[in-house]
Amino acid sequence: MWALRGGRCLRAAWSWGGSRLARGATGGRQIDQNPEWQLEEQKPLPQKKVTMELLDHLERLALVDFRNWEGVERLEKAIQFADQLHEVNTEGIEPMDSVLENRCLYLRGDNITEGNCTKELLQNASQTAEEYFEAPPGNIPLPKLEERESFLQDSN
Amino acid sequence: MAAPVSGGGRLCRLAWRRRAGALHSGAQPAALGREPGKVAAAQSGVAPWRAVVGLEVHAQISSNSKIFSGSQVQFTAPPNSLVSFFDASLPGTLPVLNRRCVEAAVMTGLALSCSINKKSLFDRKHYFYADLPAGYQITQQRLPIAVNGNLSYTLCVGAKQSQMVTKNVRIKQIQLEQDSGKSLHNDARSQTFIDLNRAGVGLMEVVMEPDMCCGEEAAAAVRELQLILQTLGSSQAIMAEGQLRVDANVSVHHPGESYGVRTEVKNINSLRFLARAVDYEIQRQIEELENGGTILNETRAFDYKLGCTIPMRDKEGKQDYRFMPEPNLPPLILYDAKSLPANIDDQQVVNIDWIQERLPDLPSVKRVRLVEQYGILPEHSFTLLNEDGLMELFEDVVRETQMNPKKVIGWVISELLGHLKQYDLTVKESPVNSLSLADLLNLLERGVISSSAAKQVLEELWKGEGKTPLQIVKEKRLELIQNQRELDQICQAVMEGHQEEL
Repeated sequence: MWALRGGRCLRAAWSWGGSRLARGATGGRQIDQNPEWQLEEQKPLPQKKVTMELLDHLERLALVDFRNWEGVERLEKAIQFADQLHEVNTEGIEPMDSVLENRCLYLRGDNITEGNCTKELLQNASQTAEEYFEAPPGNIPLPKLEERESFLQDSN
Repeated sequence: MAAPVSGGGRLCRLAWRRRAGALHSGAQPAALGREPGKVAAAQSGVAPWRAVVGLEVHAQISSNSKIFSGSQVQFTAPPNSLVSFFDASLPGTLPVLNRRCVEAAVMTGLALSCSINKKSLFDRKHYFYADLPAGYQITQQRLPIAVNGNLSYTLCVGAKQSQMVTKNVRIKQIQLEQDSGKSLHNDARSQTFIDLNRAGVGLMEVVMEPDMCCGEEAAAAVRELQLILQTLGSSQAIMAEGQLRVDANVSVHHPGESYGVRTEVKNINSLRFLARAVDYEIQRQIEELENGGTILNETRAFDYKLGCTIPMRDKEGKQDYRFMPEPNLPPLILYDAKSLPANIDDQQVVNIDWIQERLPDLPSVKRVRLVEQYGILPEHSFTLLNEDGLMELFEDVVRETQMNPKKVIGWVISELLGHLKQYDLTVKESPVNSLSLADLLNLLERGVISSSAAKQVLEELWKGEGKTPLQIVKEKRLELIQNQRELDQICQAVMEGHQEEL
């Protein structure tokens, strides 16, 4: 009996939540039944080549390590895949960078509400000294491309 | 009444020539337009150079809490005590925009005659540095809050620095952004300590177009901006405390040719150093190019001890900041009287017109008013506004005394300010206040004492022993003798004592 009652409650809750979800912001069904634009047949995607300078630049910027040629191939395939977006004609359409763009940006009053948690913050750090975080000195630049030993070395 | 002369607008007529061997002797570089006598004769065959200087000024917003978090803004505090979880970039934290920072930026934009963008966007600027825990800074690169403004500033030129020239510099944009933390280096032990108290404090970045042509103009423009910010209250703009930081972009070219490669000079923390750093960099570039070298598009730091700029270690090569829209912040919408929505919480609305109506009088307006109201010279009103508190003191004295303001100004600037400068004091620290000075000037005006006696009294007052001017006059018997018979007797005595001369 408990299970029955529980089940009914659960189902009621879900359908209430569910119908709210389906209604959404536009108040109707989300999927447009008559799209203006159709995907063309699968054409072979153009190959994308990544140069050494670009790889070096990326490794410096994002501090990633491509490790071997497989990593580079994966990068090239990813670029190829993303390039499909160019198929869509976006002329005269403003780019959207967030689904939040019509939301109100909340403005907070200028009051002091946080801080004074030095101990808590420092306990996460591996190296501290008298309430300061300790960091390695400056930015240690990656050695130049020619001087590096382990650039794309492990190719198996 | 002399009006300030309008200067050359955008094009700077100042031409530069290299001074032979002057760069490392510490002497001032020669600017041809000002001091033709100092140009080295040997260089007369070379075409003149023109320098362009653009500035990026970061002003810390005067607010109680930071721009995206609720931690306190304060200059001195125990390390890492004014840091919230968001400032430390702990996962799961989100930015919440501080209303006061928006108002400060709008005020500043209006004061600089900018167009305020009713919709502005936030972006992330990525770079790695230990004092930037998130690895990115939230700024406004695509669409800043204010654009296309103008800043008028005054230069004192001429032999006695008495002629005032008005110049303009265009303001490209004003954007809101976050400050980074502070890193303290102990090079001896290869240690770097990070204090995040400053991380997340609101900044207004004011970008000025390259309309300036030398260090003096750059310093004058920044000084005027500083006065405007202090008048508005949007920033206290104290350079010594790092509340106003300036980066200068400097390049040189021959008149008629395209602009040269520019370098960026950072680490300038006073107006005087700004002028020196810019002038040094201009000279350095001229020397380099005349010797057949090239200028690298690099970032340099100003070493104030040596008085020169040196390349910065960490900034080699072009930085790619990989700007992307800040996904956690929707666009910032501002309203004016017309577009104000009906039922919305007051707290959530920033009304540009409301702020415009409440803008205080800007320094330029105050200067004109002082000249018109008191009949003083423009350069005097410039000095009054240049010293914090001096204008108020002057107006107080004028109110309390019968002396003509045109005479009062002489006493305030030559005598009082002269003494303050001699003892390196601010107006607030002055041992002589407006009431004492007014009393003194009244005695002078009524003919009780002479001008030289008044100066003596001022010296006594400066000791700060609490005596009134009248007391000092009586003590030192400085009164002018009014009695005719007494005067006759004295003259008679003098003549009798010097029979030979007669």
